[in-house]
Amino acid sequence: MINIHNLHKKFGKNIVLSGVNLDIKEGGIFAILGPNGSGKTTLIKSILGMVIPNKGTINLLGKSIKNNSDYRNKIDYLPQIANFPSNLKVKELITMIKDLRGNKTTHDNDLINQFKLEPFLDKKLGNLSGGTKQKVNLVLTFMFDSPIIILDEPTSGLDPISLLRLKDLIQSEKSKGKTILITSHIMSFVEEISDEIVFLLEGQIYFKGTINELKEKTNQTDFEHAIASILTENHA
Amino acid sequence: MLKILKYSFYDLMRSRWSYVYFAFYLLLGIVLLFLNNDLSKAVITLMNIIIVLVPLIGTIFGVMYYYNSKEFTELLLAQPLNRSSIFLGQYLGVAFSLSMSLILGLGLPFIFYGLFKSNAIWDFSLLIITGTFLTFIFTALAFNIALSNENKIKGFGYAILLWLLLAIIYDGIFLMSLILFEDYPLDKLSLIGTMLNPIDLSRTLILLKLDISALLGYTGAVFKQFFGTNFGLIVSFIMLTLWVIFPVFRIVYKSKRKDF
Repeated sequence: MINIHNLHKKFGKNIVLSGVNLDIKEGGIFAILGPNGSGKTTLIKSILGMVIPNKGTINLLGKSIKNNSDYRNKIDYLPQIANFPSNLKVKELITMIKDLRGNKTTHDNDLINQFKLEPFLDKKLGNLSGGTKQKVNLVLTFMFDSPIIILDEPTSGLDPISLLRLKDLIQSEKSKGKTILITSHIMSFVEEISDEIVFLLEGQIYFKGTINELKEKTNQTDFEHAIASILTENHA
Repeated sequence: MLKILKYSFYDLMRSRWSYVYFAFYLLLGIVLLFLNNDLSKAVITLMNIIIVLVPLIGTIFGVMYYYNSKEFTELLLAQPLNRSSIFLGQYLGVAFSLSMSLILGLGLPFIFYGLFKSNAIWDFSLLIITGTFLTFIFTALAFNIALSNENKIKGFGYAILLWLLLAIIYDGIFLMSLILFEDYPLDKLSLIGTMLNPIDLSRTLILLKLDISALLGYTGAVFKQFFGTNFGLIVSFIMLTLWVIFPVFRIVYKSKRKDF
């Protein structure tokens, strides 16, 4: 579904990705993990075409994404920090995004119900709290029915109830056969939800496989310790 | 692109600044008409103001809009839209809304004063057209500066420097070079010098049309002698169009290569 070949990216002198090769099959939840600054967001943004790689190719559904924008119709993306134009109302933002993506069938009303956003629909985005913004962000991401979903730190700022709803939502999307990419720093969340993990370290893929495989490889019984052991081994 | 243009335009129409800008021109038009009591004279005074002020507002507003709508841009980039349509849409949104404030703000008082019955209508139209050109040129230049500079303060600094250079310093250097090299034939040099600065070009263009030799200055005189009034008008319009096209091309070029 997503094929990344020999991807290189540097910002000035700072090398972020150096030769990433990654194949992601259709269906399932893939967690992209790694320490701060390991290139998770850069990798995701390269897939989205927001960051232009120095070298390497990315194919999505068999087609190269270079100089192409239509493929983004197949992706729903949740950005890391919910930065929205502050003088727009929530309702207007939702209508605008729907308009920009063409009038496809959407389930924004269900999602607004689920996250209890009705009282905020007429409020301006600049006046919302961080958690509420994140909920709006989730509505914008999940309201379309695209085969690929990319979530960059989806849990940030969410209260426990919304977190539960988010997990349900992710599971129900997975059951529809979608491919979901997630980055997160909350290991319990990753362990609970993901089918496979991709571990980035110093701009390269250090490990790709299931959580059990990672535990075997590192001789740890616990997922969090397994991750920690990778980091200490490589930085000690 | 039209959708982005629509949303940018709509966004700006709701912002306070468009109204401030509109109100300023409205007031300026009214005051000038009352002070001058004559349409043609008001047009000349207006020219001197427009030629300096429109570029300043175009640059500042363009840079400000780009940096302020960074979030909006990032949201759009993740949508199935191509980059040139995002940035061209935003650019045109700013340029159109600024031009509209200018046209309506100056147009209304002049129309009420009886513009349609006077023979100053062509001079006035030319003034408005030049003002619109300058808006498009300087907004495009501002977008170029903002696209190339991540740092807001730097971006604003360069924008103001650009305006200062083209509106004030350029003339000074130009004049100095004419004095320094007065022993040499300078017709060609001054012609080229005028073409390379959209503000000078606009001034010459309007003065050619108004046919006020006293205000034309050396470059204007050379311009008139070289091209004649009508051909001179055409040449200046072509140059102004090029001044819009090149920066717009660079917006498209830059935006395709930028990381967000």
